[in-house]
Amino acid sequence: MTVPNPAPKSVIPHPLNVIVATDCGSTTTKAILIEKVGDEYRQTYRGEAPTTVEAPFEDVTRGVLNAIAEIEELSGRKILDGDTIITPCRDAKTGVDIYISTSSAGGGLQMMVTGVVQNMTGESAQRAALGAGAIVIDVLASNDGRLPHEKIERIRTMRPDMILMSGGTDGGAVTHVVEMAEYIAAADPRPRFGATYKLPLVYAGNKDAQPQVKKILGEKTALVLTDNIRPVLERENLAPARNKIHDLFLEHVMQQAPGYKKLIEMAGAPIMPTPAAVGVIMETIAKREHLNLIGVDIGGATTDVFSVFEGLFNRTVSANLGMSYSISNVLAEAGLANIMRWVPFTIDEQTLRNRIKNKMVRPTTIPQTLDELQIEHAIAREALRLALIHHKSLATALKGIQQERTISDVFEQQQSGKTLIDMLKLDLIVGSGGILSHAPRRIQSMLMMVDAYEPLGVTRLSVDSIFMMPHLGVLSAIDEKAATDVFVRDCMVYLGTCVAPIGQGKDGERCADYAITFPDGRIDKGQLSFGDLRLVPLASDQKASIAIQPAKQVNLEAGAGVAVTREVQGGVVGLLLDGRGRPLQLPTDHDARVASLKKWYQAVGLYPGSDV
Amino acid sequence: MAHSYTPGLTVTEQATIRRRRLLSLPGTVLVTAGERVRANQPVARAELPGKVYPLNLANQLGVAPDEIDEYLIKKAGDPVTKDEVLAENKPLIKWFKTEVLSPITGVVESLSTVTGQVLLREPPRVLELLGYVDGLIVEVIPQQGVVVETDCSLVQGIFGIGGETRGEIVIAVTSPDEVLTPRHLTPAMKGKIVVGGSFISSEALTRAKEVGVAGLVIGGIHDKDLRALLGYDLGVAITGTEQVGFTLILTEGFGTIPMAGKTFSLLSAHAGQQASISGATQIRAGVIRPEIIIPKGTSGMQAVAAVAEREGIRIGDQVRVIRDPLFGKIGEVASLPSDLQKIPTESDVRVMEVLFPDGSRAMIPRTNIELIEGI
Repeated sequence: MTVPNPAPKSVIPHPLNVIVATDCGSTTTKAILIEKVGDEYRQTYRGEAPTTVEAPFEDVTRGVLNAIAEIEELSGRKILDGDTIITPCRDAKTGVDIYISTSSAGGGLQMMVTGVVQNMTGESAQRAALGAGAIVIDVLASNDGRLPHEKIERIRTMRPDMILMSGGTDGGAVTHVVEMAEYIAAADPRPRFGATYKLPLVYAGNKDAQPQVKKILGEKTALVLTDNIRPVLERENLAPARNKIHDLFLEHVMQQAPGYKKLIEMAGAPIMPTPAAVGVIMETIAKREHLNLIGVDIGGATTDVFSVFEGLFNRTVSANLGMSYSISNVLAEAGLANIMRWVPFTIDEQTLRNRIKNKMVRPTTIPQTLDELQIEHAIAREALRLALIHHKSLATALKGIQQERTISDVFEQQQSGKTLIDMLKLDLIVGSGGILSHAPRRIQSMLMMVDAYEPLGVTRLSVDSIFMMPHLGVLSAIDEKAATDVFVRDCMVYLGTCVAPIGQGKDGERCADYAITFPDGRIDKGQLSFGDLRLVPLASDQKASIAIQPAKQVNLEAGAGVAVTREVQGGVVGLLLDGRGRPLQLPTDHDARVASLKKWYQAVGLYPGSDV
Repeated sequence: MAHSYTPGLTVTEQATIRRRRLLSLPGTVLVTAGERVRANQPVARAELPGKVYPLNLANQLGVAPDEIDEYLIKKAGDPVTKDEVLAENKPLIKWFKTEVLSPITGVVESLSTVTGQVLLREPPRVLELLGYVDGLIVEVIPQQGVVVETDCSLVQGIFGIGGETRGEIVIAVTSPDEVLTPRHLTPAMKGKIVVGGSFISSEALTRAKEVGVAGLVIGGIHDKDLRALLGYDLGVAITGTEQVGFTLILTEGFGTIPMAGKTFSLLSAHAGQQASISGATQIRAGVIRPEIIIPKGTSGMQAVAAVAEREGIRIGDQVRVIRDPLFGKIGEVASLPSDLQKIPTESDVRVMEVLFPDGSRAMIPRTNIELIEGI
């Protein structure tokens, strides 16, 4: 597993003082203006407009121009001249130096991947495609249990934007890879957009099979050969395949989506798939601060999860978990009971189901009442939870490789391919996407992530202020300083730190004793009981020391009953002491559950009317 | 800031529309530009290649893949019938002879000496693409399909299931807020497009299936009834291939919601006429909404009126509220304050003031408003 590759650096002929960047999402196109103020870059204005990939417009640039028009109105800067963006700056109030963009509109980049062994090359191919910002619509493998004609039928009926073929180690047997190539040739798959162009196909399998693959698929597809993603069993080499996917995405796929040709011409740097741009940012944070992190970008159609553990980057996308287009699928996957468990009032099933479906058919609407907001937050918790489960299953160590065992491992029947996500080692959770970035109160974002991810021990949380990580991801490819300046000053909002002891007990029983020493020397001592949720203000620029003595059955990273002292960082929300127990279990009785939710929401001032 | 609004659904008495009719794979176009077509007339035809059956001859014969040529009875391109011998070995003793029989009737498509595999393909299936609407062929896209143009009345729905169909419009209720019940559905409605009011119950859906209606156009439905109808919980709104016995089009949404007066009167005015409908919905890129197209007959075609690009929303425009608490209510834009306003969720959003027919007014987030488009 390797880190994501930023887009190739472009050479910009003039200094960049004013930058306009857009992200064309599945629902809305978000534009931001970045200006050099003194020596540093700051994000100054933002605008948004509905994405216009759809009829009646069917031209993504309309939404881009509308979103930029909002910036024009707010900033007083003239950026547009009719349908063109004025570049470079003509004077202090006219034009921008560059326009850049990311895109996930049009359903993103939809790929089908193939491998020989499903949980070996199949998974490596999946990781390569996901890391390149794709949605994987199916993984075909020689041993996936489907009959050959079923595989062919599947390839034929799916209409991917691109196929990634892998399989075999270099120098190994070629038969299975060639067989898969034969199936693909027989299926003669058609691309999703544009009936007349050839489907791009990246071959990244056993290099010895390249001549045969070329012979079989060279005519039928736009074939690109690249290095094997699994040259030997013990090592993945995903970067070359990812780069090829990115190139083909720009050259082929984006050319076919409505208006993208124009968008590419408008932009001063290559357009990046949104998830690839967010991946660049997540990876940069982890590297810069040497920490393990989980990042999430919850959108209208999909939820992307990124993780960096011990330097290993992984990304997954849950293609049908989202807050608008896919909202109904969250209900279908999580089940009504799981969503209802977070709602602090009674609502009948029929009303709730109808409301969710109405959001699905009119995805751009926003909650107008507090009840509706609470329902959306409940759904978001479940979407986040399910997406992390999905991520854990794919962000694993390589499967199928030999492990050295010592005598101490004899009794540990641990298989290869263990998940890399270790919540105890997690340092930071980064949230992004409309529902987290635009929650009216920051505590709402924090609690949504805490409830969904159930962080263990001491974990810091942050959120993308107004959803600009994609913009900064693409900006970092052309001007790292500008991207870093804006990221530090305007993008990343530290919410605070969550302290969550591991263990369970009856409500009211002692969970842990704590003593918080604030920077001014003040000490706050108290007891955290099971069932308690407590918010302690601690500003963003402050650090405090917390000494915790857990009850004897309770663990706080150091073992059951072992005292721990940690330095904790503040944030716009503060320090959240979570005594609700881990794993988090909500009362099964309806009234008791509603009472608990109300108590917790009240305790942290989650919604208006529940202010502390 | 005129740009934050949701483009609405079109409900119009007069439109000239074009529909691209494309084959899913290259084929033959059966009509020519300038020709008049009927909705049920095939306009293009393609042969869907038959299913492919791979068969590993090398394994079955127990020979190396690069030797299979020597054992073949049938070569690439040869037709085969089911149980016909494809390949056989030539042992010294006849008892040890192995014959590999074809599992299907079709042709031998290809042979691989790398994998020892033979690919057999079933005969192609003919796919016919219908005109869908009565109209004029204005463009032929060679091998792919045609563009049909028609002068019509057009109603777009918000959500539908089921594919394209056609039939006579019949109005089953007396007002747009009346619920369509089983007693409204009579055997005379077989093969017709039945227009209801605010809601259809699961009993009425069952009755519609019994009667054999071609299509149902309704204000709203409960999600649980849709789930029962489909047999599964619809996760993502990409529809059009469901087979529930009829095509269902919702004009307003989920729940009991009176059909917009304009929609109901337009459909009522065309009762007895033939309409083409499609339930296909895709609420993602390249949005597709279900539609009811009522062609204007065969009078001379007018030039395509350029669809006037909207400049945004204006005071006096008719709008529909598309989110609770006033979901489904129709009114007109009274004012468009430019400053952000705080709504009960504490979000600062752009709003508009809507005046309802009863004289009441409400501030609604602009994104929760849909324009009612069309003249």
